[in-house]
Amino acid sequence: MEAALQDVAVQCRGVTKTYGSGEAQVTALRGVDLDVHRGELLMLVGPSGCGKTTLISVIAAILDQDGGDVRVLDRDLSTMSAGERSRFRGETIGFVFQAYNLLPALTAAENVAVPLLIKGMPRSRAVARAREVLDSVGLGSRTSALPAQLSGGQQQRVAIARALVHEPRLIVCDEPTSALDHETGQTVMELLKSVAQSAERALVVVTHDARIFGFADRIARMNDGRIDSITDERAPGGLQ
Amino acid sequence: MNFVALKMLVGDRAKYLGIILGITFASLLITQQSAIFVGLMTRTYGAIADLGQPDIWVADPQVQFVDDIKPMPDTALLRVRGVEGVEWAVPLYKGLLRARLSDGNFQSVNVVGLDDATLIGGPPQMVQGTIADLRRADGVIVDAVGAADKLAKPPAVPGGPKTPLTIGDVLEINDHRATVVGISRNTRTFQSQPIVYTTYLRALTIAPRERRLLSYVLVKAKPGRSLDGLRARITRTTGLAAYTREGFEDFTMNYFLKYTGIPINFGIAVVLGFIVGTAVAGQTFYNFTLDSIRQFGALKAMGVGNGTLLRMILLQALTVGLIGYGLGVGAASAMGLATRNTELAFRMPWQLLLVSAGAVAVICVLSALLSIWKVVRLEPAIVFKG
Repeated sequence: MEAALQDVAVQCRGVTKTYGSGEAQVTALRGVDLDVHRGELLMLVGPSGCGKTTLISVIAAILDQDGGDVRVLDRDLSTMSAGERSRFRGETIGFVFQAYNLLPALTAAENVAVPLLIKGMPRSRAVARAREVLDSVGLGSRTSALPAQLSGGQQQRVAIARALVHEPRLIVCDEPTSALDHETGQTVMELLKSVAQSAERALVVVTHDARIFGFADRIARMNDGRIDSITDERAPGGLQ
Repeated sequence: MNFVALKMLVGDRAKYLGIILGITFASLLITQQSAIFVGLMTRTYGAIADLGQPDIWVADPQVQFVDDIKPMPDTALLRVRGVEGVEWAVPLYKGLLRARLSDGNFQSVNVVGLDDATLIGGPPQMVQGTIADLRRADGVIVDAVGAADKLAKPPAVPGGPKTPLTIGDVLEINDHRATVVGISRNTRTFQSQPIVYTTYLRALTIAPRERRLLSYVLVKAKPGRSLDGLRARITRTTGLAAYTREGFEDFTMNYFLKYTGIPINFGIAVVLGFIVGTAVAGQTFYNFTLDSIRQFGALKAMGVGNGTLLRMILLQALTVGLIGYGLGVGAASAMGLATRNTELAFRMPWQLLLVSAGAVAVICVLSALLSIWKVVRLEPAIVFKG
């Protein structure tokens, strides 16, 4: 039992979240229970407005839940102050965004170095380390390129390198392939699977791109603020 | 993260230049208008500043500024000389008289009559001739600006430039012959009339007859004596007003500050520069922040705290502020240099640079506050919205 708990990177129990008030009130999460294990790639899928983005924001310590418990990497998020949550994100979580969100004025290497700079590493060391990581995602020759000089797929690879560079134990990806064509999307997911996934690290990928479901270890299907089902894609026949 | 902040700032070249332009304009306007104001105020006491030797100026108690002449009886000189602590005291005549030029035109001139024996109170710098030449018959020294402009002779050829007065030329001041024996360089004064130096006694003969013609008594204190003490003693003993040189300068300047519209006029220009600079720089800086809001959101999501973001924005604001300030002050200095030795009053002491820097710093902080407010309240979850 204890070994199983240690294996859990993210644990959500009865998580609720509501936006607005009165007639404008929208309930985004209606009591979500979810475990994400270390070493697995879990995909959160479901129709638009089902609460995927809200759940990933809560898991990433960006958004406070209204009710329920969220433990991420053995830390209870509800007990953390805003500053602690900010530091926690900087140290333990990597982000891959749908729109990449690279800083347009920084080169690829400088963009990748940002999480290390946030942690206080000197710039020269951070950029040197960023170059190594860019090399590992196949962009060793484009370290000095600005985001505008890179294709969408290359930008997303830079974003993956940025999510990896500070060796986080949880990576959250928001629609990482939605802005990419099928072939590039497959390449990006292969990269995520091969470079980002490790025994100590959990990946949570929010997507509605059915073409990449095959990369998931488990798929949690959401609908109307709840998780309808979780399937284990590693098991034959997709065990529920 | 300073590096990231600066790269973000210069990354959007158009906005970066726009912010700098706004701050440069504000800095230029604030510095240049203030420098002209300071220049004008300095000119109000130019006549005092040019007289380096005396420690104390003694005047009629009703005098409000240096050019507000309220003549005293000649006996005032002797009474001042009798005050304990006075090393020497000399008379000074100062008055506006009418000069007739060689072309028949008339021009008001500021006649300064110096003590015949010592010639104390003379011009600070001679361009031609010497002060001692005043002892020659009908001798007058004319300031270079007046000699080249308002007192200049008609052009040698029709339509040509005026011919500046030079040594040997003759003027007629209040129907008295005056021969130019020297040309001096003076601090420009608030009054635009040419300055004509002569001896005290000759000035009395030139000036219209009045019972009282002594404008000022210039006093040198004995070595080691307190100027304030001597000043108070002169006032107590003679009933006349006595000022140290600096005190008389302040007294004169305060009159202009208090009784003329100069401070208000220039103050409005300076405040306008401040407001326009704040509006332009603030608006552009805020737009820059809005355009970068997703980048700030991403940084926030990745773990950059509000304190760090605040420092980043302040660094960006202070960077453009420093550059804009440098360019603005540089441009103001260039204008000052270009108008040196002209009628435009321009003086830029280091205190003015500090004030201007302070104003630009306030502009930058005000500009940054809007952006800081926006970024601190920013919900990092926006980065998950495609």
